[in-house]
Amino acid sequence: MKKTMMGNFAASWGAQLSRAQVIAAYPITPQTLIVEKLSEIVADGKLDAEFIKVESEHSAMSACIGASAAGARAYTATSAQGLALMHEMLHWAALARLPIVMTNVNRAMAPGWSIWADQNDSLAQRDTGWMQIYSSSAQDILDSTMIAYKVSEKVLLPTMISFDAFFLSHTVEVVDMPEQKLIDEFLPPYNPEYKLDIQDPRSFGALTDQNHYYEFRYKMQNAMDDALIEFKKAGAEYEKLTGRKYDFIHPYRCDDADLIMVTSGTISETTNVAVDRLREQGKKVGNLKIRMIRPYPKQDVIEALKNCGKIAVIDRNISCGYHGIFSQELKAALYGELETPVWGLIAGLGGRDVQVENIMKMADDTLKSDTPKDIIWEGVKR
Amino acid sequence: MKLTIPYEEIMQPGHLACQGCGGSLAMRYALKVYGKNTMLSIPACCWAVIDGPFPYTACGVPIFHTAFETAAVVASGIKAGLRVTGKGSSNVIAWAGDGGTFDIGLQAISGAAERNDDITYIVYDNEAYMNTGIQRSSATPPGAWTTTTPVKHYKTGPKKNIVEILAAHRIPYAATASVGYPEDMIKKLEKARDTRGFRFIHVFAPCPTGWKSDPKYTIKLAKLAVQSNIFPLYEIENGIDYKQTKKIKTPKPINEYMNLQGRFKHLSEEEIGNIQKDTDKNYSILSKRFE
Repeated sequence: MKKTMMGNFAASWGAQLSRAQVIAAYPITPQTLIVEKLSEIVADGKLDAEFIKVESEHSAMSACIGASAAGARAYTATSAQGLALMHEMLHWAALARLPIVMTNVNRAMAPGWSIWADQNDSLAQRDTGWMQIYSSSAQDILDSTMIAYKVSEKVLLPTMISFDAFFLSHTVEVVDMPEQKLIDEFLPPYNPEYKLDIQDPRSFGALTDQNHYYEFRYKMQNAMDDALIEFKKAGAEYEKLTGRKYDFIHPYRCDDADLIMVTSGTISETTNVAVDRLREQGKKVGNLKIRMIRPYPKQDVIEALKNCGKIAVIDRNISCGYHGIFSQELKAALYGELETPVWGLIAGLGGRDVQVENIMKMADDTLKSDTPKDIIWEGVKR
Repeated sequence: MKLTIPYEEIMQPGHLACQGCGGSLAMRYALKVYGKNTMLSIPACCWAVIDGPFPYTACGVPIFHTAFETAAVVASGIKAGLRVTGKGSSNVIAWAGDGGTFDIGLQAISGAAERNDDITYIVYDNEAYMNTGIQRSSATPPGAWTTTTPVKHYKTGPKKNIVEILAAHRIPYAATASVGYPEDMIKKLEKARDTRGFRFIHVFAPCPTGWKSDPKYTIKLAKLAVQSNIFPLYEIENGIDYKQTKKIKTPKPINEYMNLQGRFKHLSEEEIGNIQKDTDKNYSILSKRFE
């Protein structure tokens, strides 16, 4: 059934369709609408869930951890400062191997106070052991929620689905809502082998010496490797049910491209338009949308980029003191595999609008340039 | 004499508590009352270690070990998770030390109390951060030495009144208890177990290591604190109905309690006299609520 909805509501309905059983959340702009809608859905009895209205994001994640450990499917949503406040518990959820799914609305970190789009919040959580998806449409947000639960519950790692503040959270798009029975077929009830159970008392997360902890990490890494396979499988199964295909990367007109722009989030959608216009001008430019950064789909990325002459990564984030994070990740993947030069572009921090013309200029400048640079500030006022 | 303490032992031998640990006794009594149909949320505190290293456990009930400030809300999450999966009849206890309760965890406790989440919160109070090696907490009493309040700069401020803070949330049940009075503690645990909503029990649990006391004096100290009105035993229903459960006819002077511990050894007679005055004043304020 087609409906029009904001990106935020796509997240709420994603949680509903996934039959989340415990929701614990604290409101933060621009995520607020997600939890408002969910509190209504739960109160109206449209979703058989407990909604714990916690007093902080740190507690939101902690409550999800408790619920998940007790064997319930847990969901929360946050943004920026809220996500940062959760940081400790993000590690806890991943190390406890709890398949929690969380929506994060990508928003700039303060100060200065900003409520606008920027990926530094979620990318700062890159090493917490969460799988990370970057969505670029309301449809993607909705569908990713169910796929995330499917994979999370298979490999026992949590997943974070991020998308840009306002450009997506508050934009109304047409979304195809799958039938509940279709999703029930895709996503069976959560029933973990190991959980808090009075019939089988165990201690979870106890003091762990040097003889065991190392192996926990090793197993998490293996689970991330498994996730690369499971996401492909879940994506293929979801495509069969709904006709919509989701992969780690989505290449657009990349096959014969001289230059491939590497993008994520809503900038990916804008870049597709820029690519079409550049193609009309006879410039062979493609766009590689990266949807997944953890686990990093290294082989897929190399495969998509192997034939182009130049790569330009647009980052709506920066690791100050080095450069854009997607750009760093990409260069790490290419090392020893491809020698294609990489231009690192920073754009749109703090919600600065990145328009088709900006992207066309970035592509043109890269095509004209012979020397790659780690960091090029697009449109900065010096 | 009729023995009211349940016979069944749920906590197992082989735990890692120090000799004379009041906190381990507190757990033993709590599990006797709450039974096997119980789960624990334990944050960073002595009990994170006492329970035993992975893959061992001494409690005989499921435990989820969690971060320092989250015992209450993880317990709330567990309870919600159990309810939606049809297992809501299990007891969920958040079990934490004074640091995780009086200090870093206070926000999450206040949140769970305000929501009246259906959990029991039990703090075993040994009056400092004992697990990290005896640093002061806001439960540390005035006059006490700790490693962060050395003799030269011992703690002068009062102990945070955690029970009053919790009672102000108008929770169904709050109580103080002491491992020196197990029968009183058992009664309170039973009452808490059979109440719905947020229940809070503040257990006085001496720590020989941190208090520089002889392990054989744990019970004696736990009794003396009550007998000298340093730690009165009472309960509060719905935040307003106060009831004293152990009335002390002739309170003992506090130095009898303090002299058995190395942490107060540096205090002069005058300083002890001032602490005595504060103790009397605090008790007089509290006793008005029993009327």
